[in-house]
Amino acid sequence: MSTSAVVTGLGVAAPNGLGTDEYWKATLVGRSGIGPITRFDPSSYPARLAGEVPGFVAQEHIPGRLIPQTDRMTQLALAATDWALRDAGVEPGELPAFDMGVVTASSSGGFEFGQGELRKLWSQGSEYVSAYQSFAWFYAVNSGQISIRNGMKGPSGVVVSDQAGGLDALAQARRQIRKGTPLVVSGGVDASICTWGWVAQLAGGRLSTSDDPARAYVPFDAEARGHVPGEGGAILIVEDAAAARRRGARVYGEIAGYAATFDPGPETGRDPGLGKAIELALADAGAQPSDIDVVFADAAAVPELDRAEAEAINAVFGPRGVPVTAPKTMTGRLYSGAAALDVATALLAVQDGVIPPTSNVEPAADHDLDLVTGEPRRLPVRSALVLARGHGGFNSALVVRAV
Amino acid sequence: MSGRRVVITGMEVLAPGGVGVKNFWELLSGGRTATRRITFFDPSPFRSQVAAEIDFDPEMHGLRPQEVRRMDRAAQFAVVAARGAVADSGIELDSYDPFRVGVTIGSAVGATTGLDQEYRIVSDGGRLELVDHEYAVPHLYEYLVPSSFTAEVARTVGARGPSTVVSTGCTSGLDSVGHAVELIREGSVDVMIAGATDAPISPITMACFDAIKATTPRHDEPERASRPFDGTRNGFVLGEGAAVFVLEELESAAARGAHVYAEIAGYATRSNAYHMTGLRPDGAEMAEAIRVALDEARMPGDQIDYINAHGSGTKQNDRHETAAFKRSLGDHAYRTPVSSIKSMVGHSLGAIGAIEIAASALAMENNTVPPTANLHTPDPECDLDYVPLEARDQLTDAVLTVGSGFGGFQSAMVLARPDRRVA
Repeated sequence: MSTSAVVTGLGVAAPNGLGTDEYWKATLVGRSGIGPITRFDPSSYPARLAGEVPGFVAQEHIPGRLIPQTDRMTQLALAATDWALRDAGVEPGELPAFDMGVVTASSSGGFEFGQGELRKLWSQGSEYVSAYQSFAWFYAVNSGQISIRNGMKGPSGVVVSDQAGGLDALAQARRQIRKGTPLVVSGGVDASICTWGWVAQLAGGRLSTSDDPARAYVPFDAEARGHVPGEGGAILIVEDAAAARRRGARVYGEIAGYAATFDPGPETGRDPGLGKAIELALADAGAQPSDIDVVFADAAAVPELDRAEAEAINAVFGPRGVPVTAPKTMTGRLYSGAAALDVATALLAVQDGVIPPTSNVEPAADHDLDLVTGEPRRLPVRSALVLARGHGGFNSALVVRAV
Repeated sequence: MSGRRVVITGMEVLAPGGVGVKNFWELLSGGRTATRRITFFDPSPFRSQVAAEIDFDPEMHGLRPQEVRRMDRAAQFAVVAARGAVADSGIELDSYDPFRVGVTIGSAVGATTGLDQEYRIVSDGGRLELVDHEYAVPHLYEYLVPSSFTAEVARTVGARGPSTVVSTGCTSGLDSVGHAVELIREGSVDVMIAGATDAPISPITMACFDAIKATTPRHDEPERASRPFDGTRNGFVLGEGAAVFVLEELESAAARGAHVYAEIAGYATRSNAYHMTGLRPDGAEMAEAIRVALDEARMPGDQIDYINAHGSGTKQNDRHETAAFKRSLGDHAYRTPVSSIKSMVGHSLGAIGAIEIAASALAMENNTVPPTANLHTPDPECDLDYVPLEARDQLTDAVLTVGSGFGGFQSAMVLARPDRRVA
């Protein structure tokens, strides 16, 4: 019998709420954080909406000396880590340093910081590039800064699998718990709402060009036409269940099952791998499809990807066989932060017995999904399945369960 | 499944001085160096002007024109190395359940070279804050997310199991392979295609290391610029490259009659929780990683025959890891040859950990310890046996290889002959 890994703390930085309480309240009433980009003038670009985290003043949350050496995504991650540790009732200074690890997901690193330094390099010269460039933008920065700020010397890591990465990080956190590290800080927080990041995302060809915040990102809708990017994510405190019990911690739920697969190339004509990931994750959790009370969908809002996801869900659960939701319609897609936030949301659903809605979507009938729209749906939630896919063919599935 | 033992049955290396395992080993065993004045761009504005570059023609190595166009140089390295490793192993991947074949590729800085070049275009030489999307290459998203490296490798080998990029700075190569070993041990997969790649030699990388004086300013003798453990060293020399391995479970490798290079017997990573670029001189966290890796290998420290050092050639690193070896191995550290191949192939950031695993396996294969080139002037604070200048023939049954990197990550891996006596 493997050691069980449980989540005991949540730290959320989302476009529709800073902090877990604000986010959860907004999500239950369907309040969206998507709007016109304010961080730069988007008028010359074909896509002009984003989910920006409002009202985050880094100086209020992290030491001043860290501000010039960190990208926004790291500032958000450090703040979210503080909140998650506080929520878990963990004071890191009181625990043995080697008993705490950090495993985060990244997708594009501190891209905005990197843009600033690239600009100095090419417009002024190499001697103007910041000494902090060597570590402020790279993918490992959040794990490194979180471990340093909190004195965590245990096994750490960083996984990059585009939007699937948030689940892969939590799975790696569970692996480290099983190998004997009592506590792992995990999750993902991302931000690359800068012009250089925007141009790179546009090249991916999946951004919605709608200017209507209420209709721009509508997965599983007949009018689905791409997504709106956002920033933020969630940090979760993952602990050995026995250690959490010993210190009397409040437990949100268990990371009960996980699996990841990769899609074959489109030229092969073979089926994508999401369905297999769902089957394997349920098996890993020792769960039947009927045990799952809600599915948090990846919700790409690209018609063929929505179809593939609906088919994968229906192949396991049957048509309209399980409630499905995608509250990320209120935040936009957060890249490495998305799945971590979905897992946090799933655990809140378990805690409160309520499924948050998918906002703004008129479900297309041919997907045959029981999509939760409009009002939140109140029912006991014991187990939730979270799905995430990354550009290029990454599929991950994770089961959380009440303990 | 905890009894599953993981072995290397195939490898391919792209390193400065020559593509392919044979060229790589000839360079190392001959103690030759591949560092030179930078040719990829005019290095004269930079403090550091030397690097270890690969002369690499992707089409000569089987990449099609469109593959070349859509992949950054680092992704090209990874794909060529992965194909080479699979061919070397003789494994018939088609005969495996594709969902039980996974991929991990390590990279510290992703498509940084491609991003640097493309930024220059879309910003019109840094002139535009509102960079112009009309000038972006169609595959810029693949440069944005280094996960595209693993996606390319998974596609090319037909893997459909768990796949990711591991990006922990300069320990990425060790951590990528270590992660793959864990997946096989726990029973999630049967075969992993695992390794690391980086192609960081670009103006932005040179500029950011210039700013913290991490790279050497020595220009006069480029071939002697990388001097780990030497008293005259003054920074590392940037490199590039990739190494990819086929990893499988020992019994199934034996059943198909595969050549086994080495068992990956133990692996661990720890963080110093101290500084993004600085190291405490006591080496305590690297020592802890070494202790845990040995413990996982069920091997007493005195069975280590060779230590493949991180040996970057910065004063703080060389002293830090010398302390870590003494702290973890005691007196045995003084009796064990230690060398840094970065003296010959430079420091390719996330890739080098995987390249050093290859060097460690080849040291066992050939019973030869590669030397530390350019080591003429001992540093009194580095008082171990660093195998100066010339390779040394010796029975090599177990190797410790370590990495240390920005972010505070410290990793250690133990390679050993699978037929050794297990305590």
